[in-house]
Amino acid sequence: MLKFTAEHEWLKLEGDVATVGITQHAADQLGDLVFVELPDVGATFEKNGEAATVESVKAASDVYCPLAGEIVEINEAITSDPSLVNSDPQGKGWFFKLKLANAADADELLDEAAYKELIG
Amino acid sequence: MTDHAPLLTTPLHALHVSLGARMVPFAGYDMPVQYAAGVLKEHLHTRTKAGLFDVSHMGQVLVKAKSGAVSDAALALEKLVPVDILGLKEGRQRYGFFTDENGGILDDLMITNRGDHLLVVVNAACKTADVAHMQAQLSGCSVTLIEDRALIALQGPAAETVLASLAPEVAAMKFMDVRDVTLVGAACIVSRSGYSGEDGYEISVPANKAEELARALLAHEDCEAIGLGARDSLRLEAGLCLYGNDIDTTTSPIEASLEWAIQKARKAGGDREGGFTGAARILGELASGTARRRVGLKPDGKAPVRSHAKLFADAEGKNEIGEVTSGTFGPSVEGPVAMGYVPTDFASAGTQVFAEVRGKYLPVTVAALPFITPTYKR
Repeated sequence: MLKFTAEHEWLKLEGDVATVGITQHAADQLGDLVFVELPDVGATFEKNGEAATVESVKAASDVYCPLAGEIVEINEAITSDPSLVNSDPQGKGWFFKLKLANAADADELLDEAAYKELIG
Repeated sequence: MTDHAPLLTTPLHALHVSLGARMVPFAGYDMPVQYAAGVLKEHLHTRTKAGLFDVSHMGQVLVKAKSGAVSDAALALEKLVPVDILGLKEGRQRYGFFTDENGGILDDLMITNRGDHLLVVVNAACKTADVAHMQAQLSGCSVTLIEDRALIALQGPAAETVLASLAPEVAAMKFMDVRDVTLVGAACIVSRSGYSGEDGYEISVPANKAEELARALLAHEDCEAIGLGARDSLRLEAGLCLYGNDIDTTTSPIEASLEWAIQKARKAGGDREGGFTGAARILGELASGTARRRVGLKPDGKAPVRSHAKLFADAEGKNEIGEVTSGTFGPSVEGPVAMGYVPTDFASAGTQVFAEVRGKYLPVTVAALPFITPTYKR
């Protein structure tokens, strides 16, 4: 199941673990990414906590943790090659896997149709 | 200009929009920050082929002595800039800066001897103040802001090939030469200069011919439109100052490591020693140095270190020593690059300092500028 936030993160839910990344729309808006800083495995975040940082040539932006949970895996491929986030944001450019504190929290997020309406 | 004033547009505005530029407010103008290719590719295209930049927002100012002698205009302008203008030959251009009573920098500029007058190019954000400053101080001269010309920069190793396809004679020009050249049937003023660290030209063109000229240049397979985003990363890799970031009224030219732009004639013992605004401080600093200097900064890691990041002598953030004034990712360097001010004791290349980024203190090495090797055609 694919879910979205208004802050342009996507989540792919498998049981109580969500793979998290930024949307194609966000990647397009940010432009060419040159640096990605990911959280440590084992770190825990509240909903909307600042979990990662992405930098384009122009500016730095925060990536928020879409729901409360613990980081169980990170995608080191994007720290060595941030351009993966631009070329495949909803595939190879994923950021981290999050074990949700409460899997039911995902119900409050946007579905794909609602997200598409949001970004127009 | 207030934040609410409508944005001004350059004669190339419609062209930018038609090329799909992302437009942003800059110095009161609606300007292209990038095109579809994006900042990274635009930067690298300029370093490998040729990039076309709209710099029409900058001020082009005519300074003409009432006597009609360019030497009188040169001597008058020498009161405001610590640069040898009298010695600037006809058809030659030189970098300089207006200084204030305290030796701070009011703006930086390019000055050309056009035979019977001087042509001065100043920054967009400063141009109104610069014109007022010159009109108030240059009593024997007329000072006129040119409103009916655009300014196009063509930069990169293929710039000569691209521009020579319209006017072969530009190939013979050397760095900082300025000539009258007819392009697309229009009387243009072409200088072999720019602000990217690359060989290239700046072209002053009548506003009503600007789009035709830009389209003729862009028709060349090596030439692409480049936005302000790449202009900033190109000039930073080239170690060139951005007014308002790296230099302003709180920085003197010597602190800013711009003493190379002050020629012998204006220094102590020179033919026309001093005599410019702020000379006491600037000549004093030339003789005895400054407490701080502008330096290149090369972050050791991959994270860009941006302007206003604080600099520290230690990795714990206890001893603050300065601030980053410009910082970004350098696409040609393939890593982060920055400039900033540090105490003179820390200014030698190789010195390690630390920059505060998101609460961490990242190692940064003081580096010689520029970060790239300029390819000016001297």
